[in-house]
This record gives sequence, structure tokens and C-alpha cells, in this order.
Amino acid sequence: MSKPLPHVSGCMRLSYGDEFRLFETRISRLAAFGFAVVLAMLPFVASPFVLDLATQVLLASIGALALMLLTGFAGQVSLGHAGLLAAGAFTTGILFREFALPFWVTVPAAGLVGGLLGLVFGLPSLRLRGLYLAVSTLALHFVVVYLGAEYETRRGFSTGILIDPPRLFGHEIYAPREWYFILLAAALAALWISFNLLRSRSGRAWRAIRANETVAAALGIRVARHKLYAFVITSAMTAVAGALFALYRGFVSIEAFSLYLSIQYVAMIIIGGMGSLAGALLGALFVTLFPYGIEATMAALPGAGRLAGDVFAVNQAAFGVVMILFLVFEPEGLMGIWRRVRDWFVLWPFRARLPGRG
Amino acid sequence: MQFVVNVAVLGAIYALIACGYVLVYRVSRVLNLAHGELMMLGAYLLVATASGIGSPWAALGFAVALSLAVGVLVYLFLMRRMTGEMVLAAVLSTVALGIMIRGVVLLVWTASPQYPRAALGWDNPSLALPGGANISFFSALLIGVTAVVYAGLFVFLRHSRWGMRMRAAGQNPLLAAQRGINLHAVFALAWGLATFTGAMAGMLIALDSGLDATMVMIGLKAFPAALVGGLDSLVGALAGGLLVALVEVGVIRFVDPLLADVVPFLVLVAMLVIRPWGLFGTREELDRV
Repeated sequence: MSKPLPHVSGCMRLSYGDEFRLFETRISRLAAFGFAVVLAMLPFVASPFVLDLATQVLLASIGALALMLLTGFAGQVSLGHAGLLAAGAFTTGILFREFALPFWVTVPAAGLVGGLLGLVFGLPSLRLRGLYLAVSTLALHFVVVYLGAEYETRRGFSTGILIDPPRLFGHEIYAPREWYFILLAAALAALWISFNLLRSRSGRAWRAIRANETVAAALGIRVARHKLYAFVITSAMTAVAGALFALYRGFVSIEAFSLYLSIQYVAMIIIGGMGSLAGALLGALFVTLFPYGIEATMAALPGAGRLAGDVFAVNQAAFGVVMILFLVFEPEGLMGIWRRVRDWFVLWPFRARLPGRG
Repeated sequence: MQFVVNVAVLGAIYALIACGYVLVYRVSRVLNLAHGELMMLGAYLLVATASGIGSPWAALGFAVALSLAVGVLVYLFLMRRMTGEMVLAAVLSTVALGIMIRGVVLLVWTASPQYPRAALGWDNPSLALPGGANISFFSALLIGVTAVVYAGLFVFLRHSRWGMRMRAAGQNPLLAAQRGINLHAVFALAWGLATFTGAMAGMLIALDSGLDATMVMIGLKAFPAALVGGLDSLVGALAGGLLVALVEVGVIRFVDPLLADVVPFLVLVAMLVIRPWGLFGTREELDRV
């Protein structure tokens, strides 16, 4: 069985077809439909500011899904996620600036470069584990960022590369609403790819590798190959997210891809909850909206004008505190909280806990 | 000649910072990615005491004592809760701690550069060395402090009771605990010492050339030094610091100054490919995530 049964009594899988269905119960189908309606309606009711936030969340969720596949499922730690985003963004920027290539060339090219870099990032994983691997990805992050900065200074784009709005089917994509739908499609595609990867042979292999490499190898899983797959696939996804980021902003600068960004992505999968795709989405939502939440809170405090200069610092400090709180008190993240709430309702009126959860 | 002096100064900086990474890793197998931030915090503590306390020596002593306390407190309030958790969780909590410290430092002392030397009323004369090289007074002092710290650590770890306890805890925590060693006290001491040595480096750099939030980068670049030498070896940290400094100064001099921030990490990648456990480190299997 590749996925757990839904938490509804009386739901059983009676045929092989049932195993492959995306939505197994009427409730989940209804919920997905309702969610889709909300997502589709959002750009028509939301203010431009909210729409921009939603777009940022969608962008972040692609990268978070990729990192979740790599770390949360395949168990390979990466602290170089921002390096891959930068690689995708810079591939797009450079191909556009130097050769004026269209959307349909630059974005796949970014994916290709990301995949190749993933191979490079992944090679150390064949020899290194855990901390050492994290450190090697950290090192590669600095190398990629250096290459980007070098390009910027050599070509005289020291403040960054400007990119014109892309053309899709002869139509210039500029309006925020159009971007929202493009990124929504991209995020849904990323979710769909991740979901299907996880219930395929690779997904099962990744989980086995994460659980125990030696046992996985003994079971006949080609550990080296599947580790590299994990790196290549997730890096390509991340680089595409970087390319979309560059096109959406219309501007690429190496300043945007600091180590802090990598840490934010790691924070997304931790705050969301390791080992869960929904967790990646929740984490992306939380981490993206967090600074705006802090800003709004500070603006609401008395003496807001005096505090305005400190927003960035407060933001950073609060982000660190929240990350520590999650690591210490809720290591399963937002998904852990959700599971507890759900169990409470499922088991009501009994106060017992589901077996296996402390 | 100036080249040799530059390598020695940078090597001493890296070595002094790297021994903090080594101390914590050797005793508790936790990679302290907040070390750069803790070092910066130590330097800012000096800024605070320099403006608050009249006598410069009292200010310096007070800041050093505070940094020791900060390290112990970090262990007591944060890292103690992470014992027994996955290694990755512990490392990430140090990352989170680092972000928090950065925010707090920015909030309290703003982003503009600080010059504690001026506040303390000291000057930084340039000393002429034989061979036409120059070295600033505080850089020379930094080399001296590094030598003293390393000598002190060697004696401490080899001959003192607490040093022996630290080595025992690093070698086999379970057996050490069974022999009645208070592991929490040993770990707290390791964190305190690591922050103390890091803060010394931070203060000396700040006294030499001023201080702002970019100091974190120096701390991060010292990490390859620790790993190249071997994460659990003090001799390694010294050798690694010198090696990384040699390559970095050499590349700046002969290839391209822009490479300065990447070189340590390139050395790191090369080392990870050839000999992941470092020059002097012991080979070990690391836990899964």
C-alpha cells in the first residue's frame, strides 16, 4: 500500500483502481472542489496587495514542495536551496538578456540547468551523509551565488538584470491576475508531480532510503541512483520556480538569493511538518505571510512611526524565535497540530489518543 | 613577506573561531551554525560594555565574562532540549538561534558600523616587521591570543579534570554518564568555552577594524577551516585555519580578489570529495536525518 487509508470509518479499497484514485472519499472530493473554487475566485475579489501575496505563496510552495521531496521524503538535507533558485533565475535572465529567448525556451532551460546542478549537488550525497551533506550543499550555494555575482559585474549589470514580461501564445503576460493563474497552474503541476512521484517506484525507494540506507540496499533498491534522481528532479523543480520568480518580478539580482532564503525554505518544511506534501504548502503559506504579519502587528502598535525602521530586525528576530519554538515544542509542525485536532474530532467523545502518537 | 604576515593573521582568525566549532562538535556532535552570530554578539557586548563602563580593561573583562555566560545560557535554555532529538533538528535550531541573534543585534545596535577601539580610547599602531612587512598591533595580539588559547585548551583537555570529562563525553556519552560525569555540565562548559573563544576572536577583529553585521560571514568562512582539519580535532582546526587562509590569501593575491568569499567553500568541497573526515579527524558514520 502506497498511502494510508483516509481517516473515515468504513472506507476500504476494493479494487486496484481504488489505490490509484486521487480523491477517495466524497468529503475529500468536495473539499478539493471547494478549495479549487476559492483559488479560482480569489483574483476577482482580492485586492492587488493580497493577490501579490497569494502569488508569492504559490511561488514559494513550488520550492517548498521540491525541498520536501528531497529532505522530508528522501532524507537528503540541503542548505543550498537558494543557490538552485538563483541558478534558475539567472539562467532565465541570462538567456533573455544575451539571446532574447522566449518563455518556452528559458523556463525549460532553467529546469535543465537545475537538473544538471542537482546532479552536481547530489554527487556528494553518494559519499556523505547527514551533516556533511548539508555542509557540501551549503558550499555549493556559495559557488552558485559567486558565479551569478561574477556574471553581474562582468557584464555591467551590477544592480541586477531586467527582464521584459514574457509572451505566451502571442500575448504579453503582465497583469497580476494572469500571473496568478500561471503560477497557480505551475504550483498545481508541482503538487501533482510530487504526489505521483511519491506513489511511484522512486517515491517508495526514497522512503526506504530515508528509513535505512543499508536495508534499502539489501532490498534491492539502487540507493545511489535513486538519491541522484531525488536531487535531479527536485533541483529541476526548484530552478523552474526560480525562473518563474525572475519572470514574475521582471528583475534578477543575486542579492535576493542569500543564505537566509535557503534557511527560509528549510523553515517552511519544518514549520509545515516533515514528510507531508500538505505540510510543505502550509509551511510556504506561513513563512511567506510571516513578515507581513509582523509588519502589520508593528504598524498596529502605539508609536508605529518610531518602530518603522526596525521592521526588518524585528522580523528576523521573531522568525528565529518562531523557528526555535516549532523545533522544540512542535517538531511535527503545523501538520502535527492539524493531526491532533483531527484526531480529537475523530475520537470524540473519547479522550483517547490514536495509538502510535505520544 | 607581507604575504606571510597576511596568511598568519587570517589563519589565526580562522583557527581561533574554528576551535569553537570543534569544541562543541567534539563533545556533543552538534554542528553549531550560530557560531558566527555568537562571535558577533560577543563583539557587540564589548561595544555595550565599552560605552557603559569607564575603565577599558574592566569593560573588556566584563564582556569576555558575559560571552562565556551567553554560551552556557544557550546550552541551558535551547540546546539542552535538543539532546536526543535528530541531529538535523539540533543543527537547525542553531541556525534559528543565529537568525534570532542577527535580528536582535540589528535591533539593539543598528546596522551602522561600530568602533569599540575608539570608545575604549586605545590606538592601533602599525608595527614594522623585518622584511618590510607591516602588521597592526591588534592583529599581532590576535596571533598571540590564538597561540595562548590553543596552548590553554591543549593543557586543559589533556590534564585538567574537567578537560578529561569533556574528552570522555565526546568519546562515549553513555559510558561517561555511567561513570558519574554530569553530561549537561560538560556540554554547557563546551558551549561556554566555544562562545568564549569565538567572542575573543570577534572582539579582537572589532578592535582591529571595526564591527558590523558582515562579521557573520567571517564566522561562516571559519567553518571550512574546522572541517578541513577534521571536525573533532583541535590540531586540525589550527592546521585547517592556516591552510584555508593560505589558499584564500594566495587566490586574492594571484588570481581574483572577488573569489575571497568562495575560496574557503571551494577548499571545503575539495576536502569533502577527497577526505570527508578531514586532515586530522576520525572517520565516523553519521546519523541519518
